[in-house]
Amino acid sequence: MKHKTCFHCGLDATSANVTFDNKPFCCIGCKTVYEIFTVNDLTCYYDLQEAPGATPKEVAGKYNFLENSKIVEQLLEFNSDDTQIVNLYIPYIHCSSCIWILENLNKLHPAVSASIVNFGKKTVRVTYSAQKISLKELVILLSSIGYEPYISLEDYSVGKKKADRSLIYKLGVAGFAFGNVMFLSFPEYFEVGEFWLEKYKHLFRWLMFAYSLPVVFYSAQDYFISAYKGVRSKILNIDVPIALGAAVLFVRSSIEIILDTGSGFFDSLTGLIFFLLVGKFFQQKTYSFLSFERDYKSYFPIGITKITDEGKEESIQVYDIKKGDRLLIRSEELIPVDCVLIKGKARLDYSFVTGESKTVSKISGDKLFAGGKQVGGNIEVDVLKSIEQSYLTQLWSNDVFKKDKESSFTTLTNRISKNFTITILAIALIATGYWLLNDSSKAINVFTAVLIIACPCAIALSAPFTFGNILRILGKRKFYLKNANVIEQLAKINTIIFDKTGTITSNKDTSISYEGEVLSSSEETLLKSTLRGSNHPLSRSLYELLSENDILTLDKYQEYIGIGIEAQYNNDYIKVGSAPFVKHELEKDTLNTTVHISTNNKYKGKFTFYNAYRKGLSQLFNILKKDYDLVILSGDNEGEKENLTKLLPPKTKLLFNQKPEDKLEYIEYHQSEGANVLMVGDGLNDAGALAQSNVGIAISENVNVFSPACDAILDASKFNELANYLKISKSAIKIIKWSFLLSFIYNIIGLYFAITGQLAPVIAAILMPLSSISIVVFTTICTNIVGRKLK
Amino acid sequence: MSVIYILLAISVIVAVGFFVAFILAVKSGQFDDSYTPSVRMLFEDELIKEKSNKSILTKKD
Repeated sequence: MKHKTCFHCGLDATSANVTFDNKPFCCIGCKTVYEIFTVNDLTCYYDLQEAPGATPKEVAGKYNFLENSKIVEQLLEFNSDDTQIVNLYIPYIHCSSCIWILENLNKLHPAVSASIVNFGKKTVRVTYSAQKISLKELVILLSSIGYEPYISLEDYSVGKKKADRSLIYKLGVAGFAFGNVMFLSFPEYFEVGEFWLEKYKHLFRWLMFAYSLPVVFYSAQDYFISAYKGVRSKILNIDVPIALGAAVLFVRSSIEIILDTGSGFFDSLTGLIFFLLVGKFFQQKTYSFLSFERDYKSYFPIGITKITDEGKEESIQVYDIKKGDRLLIRSEELIPVDCVLIKGKARLDYSFVTGESKTVSKISGDKLFAGGKQVGGNIEVDVLKSIEQSYLTQLWSNDVFKKDKESSFTTLTNRISKNFTITILAIALIATGYWLLNDSSKAINVFTAVLIIACPCAIALSAPFTFGNILRILGKRKFYLKNANVIEQLAKINTIIFDKTGTITSNKDTSISYEGEVLSSSEETLLKSTLRGSNHPLSRSLYELLSENDILTLDKYQEYIGIGIEAQYNNDYIKVGSAPFVKHELEKDTLNTTVHISTNNKYKGKFTFYNAYRKGLSQLFNILKKDYDLVILSGDNEGEKENLTKLLPPKTKLLFNQKPEDKLEYIEYHQSEGANVLMVGDGLNDAGALAQSNVGIAISENVNVFSPACDAILDASKFNELANYLKISKSAIKIIKWSFLLSFIYNIIGLYFAITGQLAPVIAAILMPLSSISIVVFTTICTNIVGRKLK
Repeated sequence: MSVIYILLAISVIVAVGFFVAFILAVKSGQFDDSYTPSVRMLFEDELIKEKSNKSILTKKD
């Protein structure tokens, strides 16, 4: 059979047999989207990018909470009679086709008057008329074309956020003043004593003074505030010498022009602030990519269906759920609180909590924990605890999430700046003392000159530029860091702790083994044909495993969701599914997931699904063992212990049956022993451990979908590159140290002029931008060399 | 009154004019998203081309 891929979403469509317009599709859903686009003249969608779409998911009833006008009111950005604006987060936005189709929404529905995509933030801002289309209908429309928006508790509590543009304003003001001051100060650099210049230089100087006022009092205010806060909490951060330098520059320049003793250093002052803000702007740009720090709130829906005492369905907000309420959980909905199953069959996918993708079946009377996603039909539950008291929420409210990791350690820059500030003050005082004895008229000049020239602009720039570039390089290789401090922390790591399920094992591929009577070829054909019709994950993986056979058209086919499948072809009858379903005596060994087969009511055997370890796992561990202590903490039983000991270097510690609290305590204990711990995990149940560790990396099969609070997200496909990424973080620190050295050389040259009392404005105006620019060039080149080595 | 005052006044007015233009641009949100517009710019053509293709086809029919 020829291999075909879905024209809409690019998935394998060989076995689906859905064609339309001579184009293959993997499912009816994809075909429907294509039809919608063809009817509305939007097929251009497929020209811009090949197979750009996503399969639309079943959303019936899921967005009923959007009928609640209180919730809608909170979500809307703007709301008047016939114009509504809503900003929706759509995680799937990933290519130019997405932008195109979403900005042409008005072709799909006339009530939408405008839609604007922000690609970086993955949001679409839709202006529509609520009289013609409700928010719920709009969301369903988006879902029907594969762009399901993500509406969560977080949106609800945050409300209407305003974009913070203050940095751009500050940068604009500083740049504007810098340019103008440069022009005005230029004449005085060279031709001192010329007649016309003598006549107008006062005017020029006062103009420069006027331009520098907004720079000092508006653009630079963050540095003054930060320095003040630093001094008050007795930390000499990098902003202290910067603020000192800027203040001295401004005061001395003002005094000089008032007393008419010189032209001042307004050019250096505005230039300094401008360059610093450029560095800050660059930093902000690189970091604003990914949103971290999402907690359980981002995953839970904001509305849920409550069944009232009279038996009516009513949408209520999650926060309004009370103990004893009866809730209706629909297919694909998350269970927001701990509860007891009352009606219906629950099949729960806890992958959001545990990373384990296999579903768990529960029967009426069982306790259900928050965080599971119902994948079968509708169920009814009785609430045991309100949302604040549920197990997951409590895990999240553990103290480790409250403490801010950034403030708990000093960064490299701040450590150096502390010594730097002390040294500079000492030099300034000694030099002043010397001049007081020899030529007291120069003393105050020298003192201020030292503080001006030593202003650590280059030091302040080197870290953001190096780290920013490294973040970008790592981001391209699917390793996303929260901020620059993570790089510094990564370089200090000496212990690495891995979680097992979903971290060193893969959720995507599993290895399968067969035990029992050998299946005849006709039986195997029948089995394959039977599995073909089922969409259950286990059926799909088993289907992929079986060798190619002719596909039979079955005479009878019936799937029992969550239990198994039965099918008939001619006189052969097959049952595939759980042990009770195929009438096999209950198994004792239930450590692994199994699928049982029986033909013509005779038990044949079972397929056992084993964890598949990620590619390059043992290689990675062998590289890492040289420099790091390695530990595996698993929440599972010891079923895989033997396998792991074979696979990993003998020094690796293996601990099983670890509850989330145990993991957290284990890390805490090692940290108290002085270890710098890197935790590699996934899932919300590792969240405590990820937050407690010095660096927590979450492994994610799909970066867009899942990111618990952690310091970094690593795409699962790049797991084996981890050792290289750790190496890069060490190189980054080295680059910064070298650039510090470079800026010290500039400082020594500048200090020579300052101490000898010959610092002319022109020297400062050359030296300060030169040092800043050369540092930026140096770090950019070095980081790119490091990045290239990675390939 | 020297001509230099007029020149200076003009230079300041021009500079402030550009500065105000910048502030207004930031305020209107032009700097909020620097990626999407670069892609969007290429689309307007696509849509027109697509439309005209259609109309030609229907005429032929």
